[in-house]
Amino acid sequence: MQTPATFHYERAGSVEEAISLLERHGPETRLLAGGHSLLPMMKIRLASPGTLVDINGLAELDYIRLEGDEIAIGALTRHTGVLDSAVLAEHYRIFAEAERVIADPLVRNRGTVGGSLCQADPAEDLSAVFSALRADLVVASASGRRSVPVREFHLGPYETVVGENEILIEARVPVRPGAGSAYEKVERRAGDWAVAATGAFVQLRDGLAVDVGIGLSAVGADHHSCAEAEEQLRGRELTPDAIAAAAATCRDRCHPTADQRGPVDYKRHLVEVLVTRALTRALERARGEEA
Amino acid sequence: MQVTITVNGTETRAEVEPRLLLVHYLRNVLGLRGTHWGCDTSNCGACTVWLDGVPVKSCTTLAAQADGHAVRTVEDLDSGGELDPLQQAFMEEHGLQCGFCTPGMLMTLRALLDRDPDPDEATIREAISGNLCRCTGYENIVRAARHAAAHPTTAPEEISA
Ligand code: FES
Ligand code: FES
Repeated sequence: MQTPATFHYERAGSVEEAISLLERHGPETRLLAGGHSLLPMMKIRLASPGTLVDINGLAELDYIRLEGDEIAIGALTRHTGVLDSAVLAEHYRIFAEAERVIADPLVRNRGTVGGSLCQADPAEDLSAVFSALRADLVVASASGRRSVPVREFHLGPYETVVGENEILIEARVPVRPGAGSAYEKVERRAGDWAVAATGAFVQLRDGLAVDVGIGLSAVGADHHSCAEAEEQLRGRELTPDAIAAAAATCRDRCHPTADQRGPVDYKRHLVEVLVTRALTRALERARGEEA
Repeated sequence: MQVTITVNGTETRAEVEPRLLLVHYLRNVLGLRGTHWGCDTSNCGACTVWLDGVPVKSCTTLAAQADGHAVRTVEDLDSGGELDPLQQAFMEEHGLQCGFCTPGMLMTLRALLDRDPDPDEATIREAISGNLCRCTGYENIVRAARHAAAHPTTAPEEISA
């Protein structure tokens, strides 16, 4: 039987209370959201926080809404809420496509957007989605709020810029009229972490890609992305050759490691194939050719 | 800590350690052994119960997190000895062999049918993708879910058939 080490349990009724509980209980304190990464880690004693601050009651952080020219997603939004969101379905199909392959429906009922981003698992899917879309993440502390571009949010595997007494409260995604987006993932079995995954969006004007975003997961890509490949495509017509060249750049610039999910060359191959597919489908959607 | 959890409509109360998992609260504190405890790693779904009407894996939920909330387990599916149509369908379609996955399957599929009374096969398969079965190959479980959708009430003559 797997049992976490003993800890002190607190429940926060508001963001302010969560922050003051973090301050009061010190550095060995962890926020408990969906718990589907943290509790398994605690059960095998990979994590043994002294205090858990349960934030599941913070309904104020569970929302997806259009605010001006941005979509605001509360950090406590469950994966299932992202999957079912009409606002996201209208603007970015990439979200539902990624969510459908994150864990399983039962885990998605509990797991949260903020928890996924803060866990910072290198194979996590939403990090690649938000990176592709160049979202901003809003972090709150007692002294106020700061906004961090998602590509500066992760410092490395399992490490983010969120400080000891801070809490991620929101993700903000710019609305890009007419953009198409898509997500592609290869996993060994239903619900598993990605062997490799990629997301992309394309925004067209007069047939040219005025903006492009590429997200990559599980392959050691810098900032879950490939800025060089995006630059290759920006302002250009996305011909099959241009897409193939960008996909090859992604393949060459990422840093996959060999593990039980596959060797390095296989993962690089997947990156090239999946980036090609994601960009191609995003492009078709931007052109209104694919539903 | 003291927790108060409404389980199958009845308020339960106990002094527990914060680290106690909901599955053990149900099985060991309350003696409700219908909820199975399998992989312990949030993979198999044998421990699936409803938390405020939503199916969750109780091996990855603290009893403390359910404090003040409502839990429903497989013991609550029948009413006065009359099986839920889904349970009846599992019998009719041989939706179980060893039965270990069954409580989790039932709780997941009951939630699906409540939300979507006529799910197609793909929807059913996606819904149970977090519930592993080592015996049936899933075919009969999917058939049972379809059977329950087609027979949403349990008529007595079906039971005796
Ligand atoms: S025992 Fe909970 S998912 Fe297997
Ligand atoms: S019937 Fe044996 S595990 Fe499903």
